[in-house]
Amino acid sequence: MTTVDGNGAATVPVLSAHRVVKTFGQVRALRGASFEAYPGEVTALVGDNGAGKSTLIKILAGALPPDEGEVRVDGELVRFANPHDAKDRGIETVYQDLALAPDLDAPANVFLGREIRRFRYLHNHAEMRRRTAAAFRELGVGLVQDMRAPVAAFSGGQKQSVAIARAAMWASKVIIMDEPTAALGVIQTEKVLDLIKRVRDRGIAVVFISHNLPEVLQVADRIEVLRLGSRVARFRRGESDVDRLIAAISGAYTNEEEVTAA
Amino acid sequence: MSTETEPATVAAEEVTPHREPVLRTVVRNPTVVTFAVLVVIILGFTVAEPSLFFQGDNFLQIAQNVAILTVVSVGTTFVIITAGVDLSIPAGIVLGEVFSVKALAMVGGLDADADATNAGYILAALAGGVLAGLVIGGINGLVVAYLRVPPLLATLGTLGAGLGMALVLQKGVNTATYALDPVGHGHLVPGVPNLIWIGLIAVVAGFVLLHMAVFGRHTYAIGSNPESARRAGINVERHLLKVYLIGGLTSGIAGFLSVSYFSTTSIGGHSTDNLQAITAVALGGTSLFGGIGSIIGTLIGVWIPAILNNGLVITGVQPYWQQVAVGFVLIAAVWFDQLRRRSRDRF
Ligand SMILES: Nc1ncnc2c1ncn2[C@@H]1O[C@H](COP(=O)(O)OP(=O)(O)O)[C@@H](O)[C@H]1O
Ligand SMILES: [Mg+2]
Repeated sequence: MTTVDGNGAATVPVLSAHRVVKTFGQVRALRGASFEAYPGEVTALVGDNGAGKSTLIKILAGALPPDEGEVRVDGELVRFANPHDAKDRGIETVYQDLALAPDLDAPANVFLGREIRRFRYLHNHAEMRRRTAAAFRELGVGLVQDMRAPVAAFSGGQKQSVAIARAAMWASKVIIMDEPTAALGVIQTEKVLDLIKRVRDRGIAVVFISHNLPEVLQVADRIEVLRLGSRVARFRRGESDVDRLIAAISGAYTNEEEVTAA
Repeated sequence: MSTETEPATVAAEEVTPHREPVLRTVVRNPTVVTFAVLVVIILGFTVAEPSLFFQGDNFLQIAQNVAILTVVSVGTTFVIITAGVDLSIPAGIVLGEVFSVKALAMVGGLDADADATNAGYILAALAGGVLAGLVIGGINGLVVAYLRVPPLLATLGTLGAGLGMALVLQKGVNTATYALDPVGHGHLVPGVPNLIWIGLIAVVAGFVLLHMAVFGRHTYAIGSNPESARRAGINVERHLLKVYLIGGLTSGIAGFLSVSYFSTTSIGGHSTDNLQAITAVALGGTSLFGGIGSIIGTLIGVWIPAILNNGLVITGVQPYWQQVAVGFVLIAAVWFDQLRRRSRDRF
C-alpha cells in the first residue's frame, strides 16, 4: 500500500491517518482529518486552539478510537484498542503532563512497566541504570550523573528530557509529543529541540505539536496545519514562513485540494 | 549501536542538581534520621540504667513484644506507600484470631494441651488467620481500587464491620486455647522466642518484595503518580487490590500470632493497633503522601515506641510518658517529611 507524496516520490508514511472523524457529544473535534509522518523526519502539527490537534494525536497514539476513518502503520491498516497496542507497534507518546513518577529515579521511570528482571520477580536496577545512562549519553541528555536522584529534584527541562529520552529508548518507529516545549524556558527549549533532531537522525519519525511558529520552522522537516478538525495545508521545509503559517492556521490560506466540508 | 555523537555540543549543562555534601544527603534520608533518634534513645537509657536496660535479655524481650506489631507494620508500609491507609487492622487481627480458633475447633484441636498439639492444628489455625486477612484485605482492595472510595473511609467501614462480625461469630465471648503455644511461646532455637523469627521473616519478605521485586517498584510508582503507572501499562486497580490483600494478610497472620501468644482471642482488644502500625510506618520515614518509604525504616519505627516504653519502665519513670513522647516524635517525623518534599520538588 503505497501513497505518493507531494514531490511525486513513492514513500510509505510510517504513521498516517486518513479522513478521521471524532465527535465528542455535540463537538465535532475531527472532521475527516488526514495526517502523515515519515521515517527520519520531524513533522510539526500546528493549528489554533481547539483545532483538534490533541485529539488527532490521541487517536494516532491509541488513546482514543476514531469514529470513522483509518489509521495506518507502514501502510497497514491498524485498530489500536489502547496505547499499548500502539507501543507494541513502536509508537511512543510524550503527553503534555509527561507522566513521570516524581519519587522514582530516572532509570526507574524509563523502565517503568518494562523492568529488566532477574529470577522472574525481581528487578535488575543496576542493569536498568547502566542502559539508561548509555541511552542518555547517546541522546545527548545530560543527567547521567544524577541517575540516583528522584526526578522530582529535576528542573522542568530535565524532566522533559527524561520523558522524551524514555520515549526515544522504546520507540522503534514514531515518537509523538504534545507541546513538548510549552512549559520551558529558552535554553531548555533549545535542548529539547536538539534532542528531537537527534532522535530524528536515528531514523525515527517525530511528530510534535507546538504553538511556537519560529520553533516549528526551525526544527520541522514537514508542517501540517489543522483547522476546525481537518487538514488545510502541508509544507515541506523551506516552503513556508511565519506569515503563511498564520494564514493557514486562521483559514486565509490552504493548499489542500479536498478539504472536507463541515 | 555506538554512534559517534559528539558530547561536547550538548555539554552546556543547564542547572544540574548540585552535588550535596555527604552530611546533608545523610540527614535528608529519613531512615538515617530515625535510626539516629533510636540510637540516641538507647544511649540515653543505657547511661541512665546500664545494668538493667542494655542487656541481651532485655532486647530479646522487646523483640518478642514487638514481633506482632512488626508483622502488621510491614503490610501497612505497602499500603501507605500507595498513598493509602488501612484503619481496619484491628478488625483484621480480631477476625484473624476468631478464624484461627474456629479452624482449630473444626480440626478438633481447640482443647489440645500445649504439649499435645501438633503441626496440623497449628497450620489449620494459621490458614484461618490467613483467610480472615485475605477476606478483609480483599474487601478493602476492591472498595478502594475499583469503587474508588477513599481508603480512610473504606477501611474505617471495614474496621467497624469486621469488629462487629467478630463479635457476632463469637457471640461476644472470647475463646481460649493452648494449642498454639509452640508458636507463641516456643523456642526452636534455644534462647530465641519463635515470635522473633516470625517477625524477622516478615521483615525480610517485606524487604525483598518492596525493594527488590518489580511488585515493589510498581507500588512506589502508583503512590508517586498513579497516572504515570497507568500509562506505563501497570494495572493500577489490580495492583492496589494486591497491596490491600497484603495489608489484610499481615493483619490476619497477626491475629493468629496474637492467639498463639495470649492463648485466647481478644475480640474487644487491639483497638489502637492500627494507630500503632501507622505511627511506626510514619516514624520510619514512609511518606503518608505516598511514593516514599522503606521496610527498614518501619522496623526502626516499631522499635522507637517499644524502647521508650521499656526504658521508662526500667528507669522508674511513669511509662505513660511514652505515649506523649511518641506523639510528638510522630509529628516531628511527618513535618520532616514535608520539609524534605518541599526542598526537593522543583517545578
Ligand atoms: N474528551 C473530550 N470531551 C469533549 N470535548 C472534547 C474532548 N477532547 C477534546 N474536545 C473538544 O474537541 C475540540 C478539539 O480539541 P483538541 O483536540 O484538544 O484541540 P487542540 O489540541 O488543537 O487545541 C475542542 O473543541 C475540545 O473542546
Ligand atoms: Mg491540545
